[in-house]
Amino acid sequence: MTAQPDSTAPELLRFNTCGSVDDGKSTLIGRLLYDSKSLMEDQVADLEHSADLTGGGQVNLANLTDGLRAEREQGITIDVAYRYFATPRRRFILADTPGHRQYTRNMVTGASTAQLSIVLVDARHGLTEQTRRHMGIAALLRVPHLVVAVNKMDLVDWSAARFAELQAEFAALPAHLGLAGATFIPLSALLGDNVVTRSPHTPWHGGPPLLEHLETVAVPAPAGPEDPFRLPVQWVNRPHLPTHPQLRDFRGVSGRLAGGRVRPGQEIQVLPGGQRSTVREIWTGDGPVAEADAPQSVTLVLADDLDIGRGDLLVSPGSAPRSSAEPAADLCWLHPTPLAVGKKYWLKHHARTQPVIVSSLTGRLEPATFTTEPAPAALAMNDLGRVTLRTAQPVHYDDYARNRTLGGFILIDPATHATVAAGMFDGDGAGRPD
Amino acid sequence: MNPPLPPPRPLTHLDHLESEAIHVLREVAAEFARPALLFSAGKDSICLLRVAQKAFHPSPLPLPLLNIDTGHHFPELNEFRDRRAAELGARLIVRTVADAIARGVAVPAPGEVSRNRLQIPTLLAAIEEAQFDCLLGGARRDEEKSRAKERFFSLRDPFGQWDPKNQRPEIWDLYNPRLHPGEHMRVFPLSNWTELDIWEYIQRERLAVPSLYYSHRRACVRRQGQWLAVTDLQPVRAGEEVRELSVRVRTIGDITSTGLIESPADSVADILAELRLARVTERGSRADDRASATALEDRKRQGYF
Repeated sequence: MTAQPDSTAPELLRFNTCGSVDDGKSTLIGRLLYDSKSLMEDQVADLEHSADLTGGGQVNLANLTDGLRAEREQGITIDVAYRYFATPRRRFILADTPGHRQYTRNMVTGASTAQLSIVLVDARHGLTEQTRRHMGIAALLRVPHLVVAVNKMDLVDWSAARFAELQAEFAALPAHLGLAGATFIPLSALLGDNVVTRSPHTPWHGGPPLLEHLETVAVPAPAGPEDPFRLPVQWVNRPHLPTHPQLRDFRGVSGRLAGGRVRPGQEIQVLPGGQRSTVREIWTGDGPVAEADAPQSVTLVLADDLDIGRGDLLVSPGSAPRSSAEPAADLCWLHPTPLAVGKKYWLKHHARTQPVIVSSLTGRLEPATFTTEPAPAALAMNDLGRVTLRTAQPVHYDDYARNRTLGGFILIDPATHATVAAGMFDGDGAGRPD
Repeated sequence: MNPPLPPPRPLTHLDHLESEAIHVLREVAAEFARPALLFSAGKDSICLLRVAQKAFHPSPLPLPLLNIDTGHHFPELNEFRDRRAAELGARLIVRTVADAIARGVAVPAPGEVSRNRLQIPTLLAAIEEAQFDCLLGGARRDEEKSRAKERFFSLRDPFGQWDPKNQRPEIWDLYNPRLHPGEHMRVFPLSNWTELDIWEYIQRERLAVPSLYYSHRRACVRRQGQWLAVTDLQPVRAGEEVRELSVRVRTIGDITSTGLIESPADSVADILAELRLARVTERGSRADDRASATALEDRKRQGYF
């Protein structure tokens, strides 16, 4: 019988997995789904069918995640795939991101919404450059929790000493970028040890198996009620019902709370205009409410009829975000055509899109060593760089480390319309590698 | 004076999923000139329509509903579709495969019975006719392997085709809606919902669904390991045994491809209980997806929903 939660199970954990091609990541995910009984009979039947055809009779758990035909043909995972499973304690959304170096952009994508990252390590090989790169990206994207899954422990005879060596290797890494700590778990994805069920081979390990850790780790709010109030305006709600007695003059501003809490009577300020007003009513699809918290979607009716439109930002007057037309940021380049310094792009930052140029490229980030290298001639696909932007109108932002929604942005090429970069504002370079 | 405030209620997983979907729907309303919502009267699009109602409340829906009628729909479905649109006062646009065949837009192959392939040119013609730049759909990533990699905003070229290698990266909740002439976007606000989430939402929101989802008596025949409905469109073949069974559907396609499951579940609570014990995926009951390991991926490339 499938263990499924009832409708009162409140919690949702979003996590991502990253590992090098041979670390056994797909097998680990397959094992997680298989042993937690999250697979259905037809999926298992497909798996066994493909084992007969191509696997010489061996069920290959990796076939569960390598979904697209191109991937099966090439034997690699080429994109971010999302998986869903549930236990009685939690619902999980898993972003499966490939580990190949050229697919850094996919890992950035998967990590951007993750509350926890699992980095796979082959117990025999230790923290390779690839592993450290994955850790650096998780740190840069400010993923709150890091799990180091030390896989293939069976191939090192379940050696406690080897496991301790890897922990020491991690402890010796520079503690930059807020990479404070990690939970290490010794396991074998192929055999199932410490994935869902506790392994008899690791009596020296006190911690829980991987799934239990995922079920019990604290789920951090991306920007909770205690953070400063932020509401990016997505859409102005005007019913245009001239004969409706209550809605004739209705005007609301709609958006998803990107931080903080809102209550009627609360004072707000509109950016970039600077006008102030108070919240009169909070509308939701279920009617007016007395309070709403991030990340709820709401429609606010203000006491004053202000000129507010898409792309404006509502904040509390006492905790305004940073404001700059020349903000500094970290950039992950996502496109085969390299960054052109001085060229016009579009900056999409919450609901606001405006022209921008990258005025200077000041450094290259090397996540594998947690260092900033001298500025390269160009920023190519999968490179991480430190830049200064220039915008026509000031950008109102929070540092990414404080608020993912108000600190993250993308760049769009105005000619091709491709999404070419993901960026993170970082006003004063605090918490940056040297 | 404000009334005393209740203590903050912790947001459930459904609240998170709903808020995310509302955010996506508002992005569509704000960024596209001519969006439409694909409404099939299936359970996913019923949830999508409910979320859309909430996203724009108290304004009426700022976009029309679109349905491609294959002519092989269960009649209950079309009745439900028309009734729900009327209740909401929404504009409903229906384009039929039969009409597309008559106009030469869709051309059946000799002996082709299924309307599955033929709805693709019908849909693309409807998009061109109304100049839609964005179609909202209720598809979910957990439905099928090729959908696991689908974006919230899925770019289609001027031929309506999906190229899995040329999709825009989606970082955080920042969606890139830019289009060149002739391109359009398919947007899936319920991407992160599972089948269980859908039914829990139907329960929480007290949503009506077509009677086909509930247990009913029906004449069935067994083909390729599944029960199919006996109708004028799908007559009994020589040598087949007709069985009168208590059945329901988990996912609805055309009459010719919708597998029926034997089930006594006649309420949302029963369906949820059944689902929590289910051992096959919902797409396991769709003949159109079982044709090959990559059947859905192939149809998506050509412009399928």
